[in-house]
Amino acid sequence: MNPGEFGSTGISWSCPIGSTASGKITLAHGGGGTLMHKLIKDVFEKHFSNPYLRQHHDSTVIDLGKVRVAFTTDSFVVKPIFFPGGDIGKLAVCGTLNDLAVAGACPLYLSAGFILEEGLGVDVLEKIVCSMRREADLAGVSIVTGDTKVIEQKAEDGLYINTSGIGIIKFEVPPSPKNICRGDRIIINGDIGRHGIAVLSARENITFEPVIESDCMNLAPAILSLYEAGVEVHCLRDCTRGGLATSLNELAEESQLSFIIEEYSVPIKDEVRGACEILGLNPLYVANEGRFVAFVPEEDVSNALDILKDLYPDFTPAEIGRVIDKQNSPVILRNYVGIDTSLPMLSGEQLPRIC
Amino acid sequence: MKYIDEYRNPDLVRKLIGDIKRSCTREWKIMEVCGGQTHAFLRFGLDQALYPEVQMIHGPGCPVCVTPVEKIDTAIALSFRDNVLLCSFGDMLRVPGTEKSLLSARVEGAHVQTVYSPLDAVRIAQEDTSKEVVFFAVGFETTAPMNAISVKKAKELGLRNYSILCAQVLVPTAIEVLLNDSACQIDGFLSAGHVCTVMGYWEYEPIAEKYKKPIVVTGFEPIDLLLGVRNCVELLEGGKYGVVNAYPRSVRREGNTQAQALIKEVFEVCDRNWRGIGVIPQSGLKLKPEYIDYDAEVKFADLVCISVTKTTVCIAGEILQGKKKPSECPAFAKECTPENPLGAPMVSNEGACSAYYQYSHSRRD
Repeated sequence: MNPGEFGSTGISWSCPIGSTASGKITLAHGGGGTLMHKLIKDVFEKHFSNPYLRQHHDSTVIDLGKVRVAFTTDSFVVKPIFFPGGDIGKLAVCGTLNDLAVAGACPLYLSAGFILEEGLGVDVLEKIVCSMRREADLAGVSIVTGDTKVIEQKAEDGLYINTSGIGIIKFEVPPSPKNICRGDRIIINGDIGRHGIAVLSARENITFEPVIESDCMNLAPAILSLYEAGVEVHCLRDCTRGGLATSLNELAEESQLSFIIEEYSVPIKDEVRGACEILGLNPLYVANEGRFVAFVPEEDVSNALDILKDLYPDFTPAEIGRVIDKQNSPVILRNYVGIDTSLPMLSGEQLPRIC
Repeated sequence: MKYIDEYRNPDLVRKLIGDIKRSCTREWKIMEVCGGQTHAFLRFGLDQALYPEVQMIHGPGCPVCVTPVEKIDTAIALSFRDNVLLCSFGDMLRVPGTEKSLLSARVEGAHVQTVYSPLDAVRIAQEDTSKEVVFFAVGFETTAPMNAISVKKAKELGLRNYSILCAQVLVPTAIEVLLNDSACQIDGFLSAGHVCTVMGYWEYEPIAEKYKKPIVVTGFEPIDLLLGVRNCVELLEGGKYGVVNAYPRSVRREGNTQAQALIKEVFEVCDRNWRGIGVIPQSGLKLKPEYIDYDAEVKFADLVCISVTKTTVCIAGEILQGKKKPSECPAFAKECTPENPLGAPMVSNEGACSAYYQYSHSRRD
């Protein structure tokens, strides 16, 4: 029988489908998954390539004379701009602080660029700016430069923020993917998936009981506490877009090692797990804004976990896996039923399923 | 988490897998019909654990995958119309039509909104009567009752601005199509637990009888799936056939008769085009004449698309029949990925190719 010809029924089994390779940017290019990585590689790295960019870290580390600084930038386009547990302003400050913190830097100064759509209420803008001020004050950083542009209205409450930040690295060996070693243990500072579900529930107007609030927070105090307590931190990464699974895949690729993750050990609040089950989402891919993974030697695990538990008793920090020699799969998930499967990078957007 | 963790108990999973494998005197090919089950088999690695004694074959039961191109083209055409708001479940948005998906249409300014229930779409229609709200009614027997309720509710409310673009399909007819193929190698079936929750399993009894195959009503958690496989293997090893209910906590033989009455009241059976398969007689549902005002294809007859683009690389048909594994396709994970699907099973999370892509990177080598 020829391929595509369906036996005795005479029904054709070819799959009619059109071309989707449009060469245009789609939302999936911003989803933090494989499409975005390909875009960065094929367009940005191709033309901007330099040793700093090739560090492939959340912040770039630059030596200025005797001072070592970390420098980073991030843009925030979250819709809606207010969500349970935060708003776009808090996110814009914490996001950049966290990118500095996971590079082992003490954040110092931020910039803020605003793109506003005409029609935005000044009161709304002021609320967001106050939220930014509050977070900056709490973190002891100043917003020292800024910019404002106004564009035509496209949506209600059209407000986008870019923040850049610099910080000083005081540690001899700052955390980096190239410092990850075989045998390192992987710890996470708390339960995952809160931010993604909080934003989705606000955007789609679905309410969960109890209300799931974003985990959006400044991670610098937790990270600096680990260093101050003498924990040998080999690498850090905040698990934002694309969730824990995507961060782990990025680090596995950059370190040329593989990780094995115990699904049972990954802390997830019951309400987040429930929401994910209902929506057909995998919490390992749901965004966080206050969670990081740390790679530490086995002997430092309990010390690190004690410090994190002291700081945030409600977050259930945990050891979730370890580093092994490079395998076929960059990240292996020993799943709930005890079987090893591959945990790939998110491809495309995570969309709620029909059934 | 209650009602989930009990069905993911690793010790029980290991025991069931061991029991099933030991009970096999030969290799069996079992098809899980539903895409949700395919997703779960691959997510938990159960298909690999059962291999080679039991070889799972992934069936055509992914509603997103089998929705025909012309329906998606029609949905896209509707969404570009000035006063229309096209409402859809999330995973329909990425499925490519002839030129674009609803997601890419939205990038170009089309009016597309994700909803979680057709009743949300009715509510939107009620709140803004200047807008024509069209719900993309996709799915198997599981989504049909809610879609029926939405149409009934719109009629009760006297809403003239709500309609559905109907692509409902029926499971039993699809199973018969597979069994009618002279080259069919499937020894037994796991039937979809949620479809049977609505429809019961009496419809499968004559099929099991006619084709002398076991059909086991099966749930979606790891323990449920393995109980389904164990029941199926027991029947096969005993040389028996028939229908067994391995999901009794949700399914009764007669099903949810209220839901069935709703479906019957609003819909009638019709021929339906399945993407990658073709027209299967009596395999779908359409609105009855008394609800015809709520049929988007009648209301917007000028926008209805008829289009068929063929590609020769994709072997979706053979994959849906279980003759080939996704990894045997020359385009799999090369030209064809979830971001750029060449065939429908690569589109949805529940499609066999997409599930393979997500959970079996190591198997590709």
